[in-house]
Amino acid sequence: MKNQLLTTFLILFSLQLSSQDLLDVLDAETPETSNVVTATFKGTRIVNGHSIENRKKKELEFIISHRFGRINTGFEELFGLDQSNIRFSFEYGLTDNLTAGLGRSSFEKTYDGFLKYSLIKQKTGANSFPFAVSLFGSIAAKSQKAIPGNERTFAESLFYTAQVLFAKKINSTLSFQVTPTYVHRNLTAINEDPHDIFALGFGTRIKLSKRVSLNAEYYPQFQKLKSIDAKNSLAFGVDIETGGHVFQIILSNAITMIEKGFITESTGSFFGGDIHLGFNLSRTF
Amino acid sequence: MKNIYTLFICLFLASFTNAQDKFLTKNGTITFFSKSPMENIEAENNQVLSIVATKTGQMAISILMKSFMFEKALMQEHFNENYVESDTYPKATFKGRILSFDKITATESATKVKGELTIHGKTKEIVIEAQAKRTDDAIVMSGSFFIDLADFGIEIPSVVKNNIAKKIEVSFNFDHKPYKK
Repeated sequence: MKNQLLTTFLILFSLQLSSQDLLDVLDAETPETSNVVTATFKGTRIVNGHSIENRKKKELEFIISHRFGRINTGFEELFGLDQSNIRFSFEYGLTDNLTAGLGRSSFEKTYDGFLKYSLIKQKTGANSFPFAVSLFGSIAAKSQKAIPGNERTFAESLFYTAQVLFAKKINSTLSFQVTPTYVHRNLTAINEDPHDIFALGFGTRIKLSKRVSLNAEYYPQFQKLKSIDAKNSLAFGVDIETGGHVFQIILSNAITMIEKGFITESTGSFFGGDIHLGFNLSRTF
Repeated sequence: MKNIYTLFICLFLASFTNAQDKFLTKNGTITFFSKSPMENIEAENNQVLSIVATKTGQMAISILMKSFMFEKALMQEHFNENYVESDTYPKATFKGRILSFDKITATESATKVKGELTIHGKTKEIVIEAQAKRTDDAIVMSGSFFIDLADFGIEIPSVVKNNIAKKIEVSFNFDHKPYKK
């Protein structure tokens, strides 16, 4: 009896060792790598605001964005389609981590330039880090002619935005971003308007399929412009990706597509029906 | 009874010495090439792990999908996100046997490798033609073959069907060295 047990034991032991799977050896030999988490968001915008995504070095992205008028203007205005605001921009990867962009919006004939820098990346494996941090800065210059008697200098036409973007890709379906934002305007319409506005942006992406995702974005402000009865920006978008294109369909209470505009100058009440249909079309070269 | 014990003890010891009968590389190269009317797509991975057991001619390969490097960063992102889904299926593997392994000499000659290739969670039996040579301190294997993306459940959306070939040419080059544990 004792001998039989010992025999069985020896058989099992030697069989186990000799049939050791070669793939297991490879698994053991695989060096632990540090993986940078990619594609936290599909595009460089969540909806209106920037995501942590950058263009890679020497990649040029051309973006055309549209926002139509308010849907609740009714049939006569074809639900806002008669009115259209456009921004087009060229955005270029100076390095893998630094993107520069130049854009022009039809709203108040505004030119804007920005820099976005990826400071820390979310990583798994060796040297893992739980979230990503990017820095964003932009200057916008209004070039629309002032009403006679209300002339302003070039300096008085300038707006500045600074953002810190914290983003986390929870899994391949779900990503979040929190975006503390500071907007400064050199000239205000009335004395009661604040020159400095702080806002805290929240953004998310939910992937519906491999190439389609649902995005949402909300930017509550801590100070508001009194002269225009400003509202907080709320926007929803659907991203559709096809090869080198990303196509975004947007519903937003903002008519502008740059930070100083949609964060601090939105006047629409989203749930009151002041919704603008819009598109972002991007092509990467 | 005593003889049986001796046999098992021999087997037991033999299983330890197996370790010296393996040849391994950690920086094997696999490239793939997609030729289509619109564009050619090429990617290279030079961190492929491959192992050969000289006693049996068995071979195993482990490929980390995220280590494929593309010319364009966006292609690489789409490859990982939309096609091979690297977060869900981080590795491609091959498990099989080099046929007529004993006939491989220091002079390069043609041989065949038969086994199971797993990509994107789908497994397919394949036979690959390869060039092989073997010396005391190296086993070198190289070759190329075509894989059909549909066999591995990798879908090509209709908008990019002219940009990506249905059959992808895969080339490999492994320079195995003696593996000492």
